Amino acid sequence: MTLMKTALAAIAAIATSWPVLAADISGAGATFPYPVYAKWADAYKKETGIGLNYQSIGSGGGIKQIKAKTVTFGASDAPLPGKELDESGLAQFPMVMGGIVPVVNLDGIKPGDLVIDGPTLAKIYLGEIKKWDDPAIAKLNSGVKLPSSAIALVHRSDGSGTTYNFSYYLSDVSPDWKSKVGTNTAVQWPAGIGAKGNEGVAQNVGNTKGSIGYVEYAYAKQNKLTFTRMVNKAGKTVAPTAEAFQAAAANADWKSQPGYGVILANQPGDASWPMTAATWILLYKSPADPVATGEALKFFSWSYAKGADMAKDLDYVPMPAKVVGDIQKMWSTDIKDASGKPLFGMTH
Amino acid sequence: MAIAARNALYLRRRLRNTIARALAFAATAFGLGWLVLILGVLIFEGIGGLSLAVFTENTPPPGAAGGLLNAIMGSIVMTVLAIVIGTPIGVLAGTYMAEYGRHDKLASVVRFINDILLSAPSIVIGLFIYEVLVAPMGHFSGYAGSVALAVIVIPVVVRTTEDMLTLVPDTLREAAASIGLPRAHMIVRIAYRAARAGIVTGILLAIARISGETAPLLFTALNNQFFSLDMNAPVPSLPVVIFQFALSPYEEWQKLAWTGALLITVTVLALSIIARSLTARKS
Amino acid sequence: MNAGFPAIGREPLFQDARGLRVSEVTLNDSALRGAEARSRAAVLKRLRVSDLAFRGLTRGAALMVLALLSGVILALVIGSVPALKAFGFGFITSEVWNPVTEQFGALAPIYGTLVTSIIAMVIAVPVGLMIAFFLTELCPMWLRRPIAIAIELLAGIPSIIYGIWGLFVFAPFLQKYVQPALIDTFDGVPVLSSLFEGPPYGIGMLTAGFILAIMVLPFITAISRDVFDAVPPVLKEATYGLGCTTWEVFKHVILPYTRVGVLGGVMLGLGRALGETMAVTFVIGNAHKVSASILAPGTTISASIANEFTEAVGDLYTSSLIALGLILFVITFIVLAIARYMLLRIQKRAG
Repeated sequence: MTLMKTALAAIAAIATSWPVLAADISGAGATFPYPVYAKWADAYKKETGIGLNYQSIGSGGGIKQIKAKTVTFGASDAPLPGKELDESGLAQFPMVMGGIVPVVNLDGIKPGDLVIDGPTLAKIYLGEIKKWDDPAIAKLNSGVKLPSSAIALVHRSDGSGTTYNFSYYLSDVSPDWKSKVGTNTAVQWPAGIGAKGNEGVAQNVGNTKGSIGYVEYAYAKQNKLTFTRMVNKAGKTVAPTAEAFQAAAANADWKSQPGYGVILANQPGDASWPMTAATWILLYKSPADPVATGEALKFFSWSYAKGADMAKDLDYVPMPAKVVGDIQKMWSTDIKDASGKPLFGMTH
Repeated sequence: MAIAARNALYLRRRLRNTIARALAFAATAFGLGWLVLILGVLIFEGIGGLSLAVFTENTPPPGAAGGLLNAIMGSIVMTVLAIVIGTPIGVLAGTYMAEYGRHDKLASVVRFINDILLSAPSIVIGLFIYEVLVAPMGHFSGYAGSVALAVIVIPVVVRTTEDMLTLVPDTLREAAASIGLPRAHMIVRIAYRAARAGIVTGILLAIARISGETAPLLFTALNNQFFSLDMNAPVPSLPVVIFQFALSPYEEWQKLAWTGALLITVTVLALSIIARSLTARKS
Repeated sequence: MNAGFPAIGREPLFQDARGLRVSEVTLNDSALRGAEARSRAAVLKRLRVSDLAFRGLTRGAALMVLALLSGVILALVIGSVPALKAFGFGFITSEVWNPVTEQFGALAPIYGTLVTSIIAMVIAVPVGLMIAFFLTELCPMWLRRPIAIAIELLAGIPSIIYGIWGLFVFAPFLQKYVQPALIDTFDGVPVLSSLFEGPPYGIGMLTAGFILAIMVLPFITAISRDVFDAVPPVLKEATYGLGCTTWEVFKHVILPYTRVGVLGGVMLGLGRALGETMAVTFVIGNAHKVSASILAPGTTISASIANEFTEAVGDLYTSSLIALGLILFVITFIVLAIARYMLLRIQKRAG
């Protein structure tokens, strides 16, 4: 009895007196960039000892958590409009770019074998195309043996920036989609299973024969999923590569939207990947915890400077240097503590 | 004619009986078969990932190897806290019902309510604690998670305490009264001591029950990739980590999910066996 | 010091200021009456205070259990008010679940909860009763306890294990072999084909219902076994004496006699199935749609809350989820209350 009492007392003592570890940065949101954020966090921790506690719960969750001030930063691939940023006192800046790819699970079809275009993808997700050997798909894939089985559709069940970009693209290429479903982080899907996060979609498609889903490219690459090629705005068939994502991003005018909120879907250019997307970080301009925000800014600055190669390894596209310079200037002018002192010194 | 008809009826009845017996047999085999299948897969998959690293390293980022140390420690701390909060309330309430409230209307109402709380969906408890603790506090915390688990502990402990105290023979109580021992002292010194094994059983069963609970922790303690015992912030726990890892496409994560599941199941079954042997020895 | 009073003699509360025990003081009256009476009174008063304090403490704890229940209901109701005000009664009949236009309807989760629970009960009740029948009438004595314990182990396995097992083992199996067979068999059959159509996902309402059945099975078996054992042997023996077969004894004597108890056990299992979260969340498919086909993905109340709560943006979304929680709690409360009441009646009858 006394042994148990002492054990209980010891654990209780540990529990209530555990010192908060060297300021872990807390963030929550998009699953789209999670693979590269995790890689950066790992390297940053090895270098500085500061950890990143990132809850990969979807862009919707990230927006909610930062608005509720339960985390230091939020991450979202659905940019907030300027009005909302001003109302909430949030600063928004893009961290990295990537591509959304359709992934399938069909016997005998290898990555890059299948070709799909926007209108067909829209019809599949509207539930109008139900079988794999539908003429619309066959037309794009002469020479590929398509089974006559039903298409098992997978989409997101949570609020997702990936969905935002995906549905934005579908609305752009399919007026039917635009009127019936529209663009947003969570939509009323006409058919299919809902999976949680890019992770959930990747897992579902990997396990379900005859399925189709959409994920950020790193998920397809890391989990050896069968991605497809796509027909872009210029009518050319492109494969999802870092070059294709970069080509789409090349024309972006980052200053054209408040908070750099530029959508890169369906960009012109022969080599452009049609579903390229950027992902943003949300921070308070006058944060309640300036120290934590300062640490977060240091991490982001480190990631811009030293994380480019790690990002490229996972086929993400780092932000161009000129934009980074602009963003960091924004930090020092906009993000301040209570006394007006900027939280980011340009000494990095 | 009559004999033939009687024979046919007899054969029909025999047939029905045989079919029924076969079905009963099959049903039992069906039930046991699933047990074997589930436990078998669990052991097979879980042991594959079992290594010292599981107990010494923290949860890894996707694509890397690691362990479950932070999740295990987080679970242990929250469980202990939940027991510390829930047991006194549970034991005292059970005492009331067994000692003071034998014919009391209040006791019978509480008994009824308690049995319902015992089987209530745990996700609703999570919602309750979110509304009462997380939202006002403004952030997720290990405290909220522990309180949610404590709310699940209380009905279990109330039930077993009441049952065990009722088993204590009244002759002991009467003997105590005859020497002038006040009720409270009699309960604490005699009844508790007599029912000690049973009450400990109740606590063990409560621990077993909350070891596997995920839903109440999902939006109270949330989760944490790092080792953190700061109860005023999100705390990792084994069930929530399993939830996250199992629904991911990463192989290392899925392996850790199975190993974690095996750890929880072994803990729960071991506690149940110990609890059962404690009460068996008594009776 | 301790002669004759093993535990009590050591207790300082029973001694007055002079170190005399209460009993000695009471027997020893006359000359010292004044001071002794006062010290005696002081001791007795101390005892009474601690006694009342303890009694109050236990009473308070019991009241806390009541407060807990009321607290849960209150918190849920307050949290649901925005959603209920916005949607009114239409909340229960609307299938729309659109976080963007902030239109929410509980029809799909309620439908999924009911369908999966019904599937679970349809499978678990006959199987559970037959297992109980086996254990009480047919099983050799030495095998009874091991099998009973084994079945109870099913209840001990945490639900998240059922979830991952379902996702990684059961669902792929269903997807490869069972579901295509079901779809093909019922293809073209007039009414039933709509129950079994759609692409074989592996996960879906049937999968969730089946896993719930396995989880609920031990509850039904355990309670049925208890009530079957409580049937007076004289009834059974009389029936055997008439020449009835085991099955006939079961069907015509045991089942009718234990009807209320069995029903209580079934309701208890139903309550469990309705509220189950983790096992269902993994395999239900998360589609806010009402589908005729049980092979289709759907959602249940608890799965919706578990999946969407942390990401719910906006007060109306959060409030709708809490409203779902309230509906679930009310449903399970009613079911469990009926179950408990029935089982109470059995206990009273058994005496």
